[in-house]
Amino acid sequence: MNIFVCVKQVPDTETKITPTSDGSYIETSSIKWIMNPYDEFAVEQALLMKAAKPEAIVTVVRVGSTKDAEALRTAMAMGADEAILIDGPDHLDSYMTAKAIKGAIEKSGKTADLILTGKQAIDSDSLQVPQLLAQMLNMPSVSVVVGFENNGGTLTLKREVEGGALEIYEVKAPALVACNKGLNTPRYASLPGIMKAKKKPLTTYSLADVGVSDDDKRLKYSAFKLPPEKPPGKKFDAMDEANQAKVVSDVVNLLRTEAKVI
Amino acid sequence: MSNILVFTETTGTKVKSVTLEILGRLAGQNIEVATVGELSSEATAELAKYGAQKIHCLKGAGLENYSPEGYAKVLKDFISTQNYDYVFAGSTSTGKDLFPRLAGMFQAGMASEVINFTMDGGAFAGTRPLFAGKCLAKVEITGPKPHFVTVRPNALGLTDSPTAGAGTKVDVAADAGAIRALVKEIIKGASEKLDLTEANIIVSGGRSLKSAENFKILDDLANVIGATVGASRAAVDSGFAPHAMQVGQTGKTVAPTLYIACGISGAIQHLAGMRTSKVIVAINTDPDAPIFTRADYGIVGDLFKIVPIMTEEFKKLLS
Repeated sequence: MNIFVCVKQVPDTETKITPTSDGSYIETSSIKWIMNPYDEFAVEQALLMKAAKPEAIVTVVRVGSTKDAEALRTAMAMGADEAILIDGPDHLDSYMTAKAIKGAIEKSGKTADLILTGKQAIDSDSLQVPQLLAQMLNMPSVSVVVGFENNGGTLTLKREVEGGALEIYEVKAPALVACNKGLNTPRYASLPGIMKAKKKPLTTYSLADVGVSDDDKRLKYSAFKLPPEKPPGKKFDAMDEANQAKVVSDVVNLLRTEAKVI
Repeated sequence: MSNILVFTETTGTKVKSVTLEILGRLAGQNIEVATVGELSSEATAELAKYGAQKIHCLKGAGLENYSPEGYAKVLKDFISTQNYDYVFAGSTSTGKDLFPRLAGMFQAGMASEVINFTMDGGAFAGTRPLFAGKCLAKVEITGPKPHFVTVRPNALGLTDSPTAGAGTKVDVAADAGAIRALVKEIIKGASEKLDLTEANIIVSGGRSLKSAENFKILDDLANVIGATVGASRAAVDSGFAPHAMQVGQTGKTVAPTLYIACGISGAIQHLAGMRTSKVIVAINTDPDAPIFTRADYGIVGDLFKIVPIMTEEFKKLLS
């Protein structure tokens, strides 16, 4: 059984984002990179599958720059068996990324029985690669998954939709599952795991190797800028019980008369 | 002028508000609408009022529930018989899941969750937030048409003076084909309220709430003003609220008219997820909490004291 897990490297959630002076992208020189948080749930789910089926091979795939393959090593330190890095910019558009991963899976010579991804990458926030990749591979897909059961290759998946409602899907592998927070608790990489990960195979492909060229570009981004700053608001001190009622009453009235939102 | 299809979903007899926001912004283009299943006369009238020339209802077996494959196939079949330059949808649970697959079927580009766009000379140019709203960028689509776009609910707003269209309703026979990932069951959420991403008013709680039970005081306030309740990551990680309620970079990005943050300090990843709220009220005991830098109205005080008073004040105001 072959399980592929797609991971992305993204700026840590605490990162302050600064657009480049020409607005072509963001300053990336001093960013702390982490594995996309949603991808951790995908890696963990693959490892839970492997625990039940030890013969399963878990391959992590990432499209991005080679300067730092941290996310792939982290996934292997958690327990993934091997890794594929497709050497390209960290912010290819979704179409190119999905096509590159498809190419890499095909080039690996393995048939994917299950593909796991995070539900979205927290940098581009496009939520496209999982569904695009599934479509390109002619696979069913279920996204925003918070529940996962496997009964002999038939998966029962809980997909979270609006208002906390759940759609319960049943699908036979091969399938693609895009994971959400709450699905499981990702493990930490152990020290022996980190040592072992260094010896695990990491294959690198170029974009050309996986059949991706500039003709596959579908989005043109420009004018990266910070969102407009709001003017400072009004602040009221209501630590003292004596003026709480007045402050709250004032604010509630301002919401009607000044802000006109209620 | 471009030929444009807007995919709409319905809630009961109404079309989702985001559809009307999109239609309003598309005034001047040749706009048609498609939906899966039947539309009420109320929904049809609304779509016409906001500019829909034709409304295509795709009907067939296997379309009772949403499925990525079934919906994508029937829309692909339909779109292939037409000549659209752009296909739009709201960035809802369905729109987010369906449109990438649909765009992939046309090897076409898609701009996700734009918050603003122009159609100068019939060509789309959008603005979308990245890094959960920590920055914005302009996005244009290249490659084969049609191009696909999803729009964040509440971002465009409704136009005050819509241009009406003919609103002619047409049934289209649709074949969902073989669906491999099938919905067996739908479990309703605990709340019948609007989802955070669509809510007009949000009352949100942080770690200072101290327990899941204490969220009740936020529920009480929310019930009075018709709000949906959210939570910070700290509150979710402490087990006070489920992840479905989380606002922020690893939760939901929201854009309500009014956001009331109770006991939320304002970590950068939370601010990113709610900064496009129109009016922000913050209640926190720490006068230096970062949330106050974003608040239109900040109350330095104990939420356990302030929130119940606020609930009563709103009751008075709205009665």
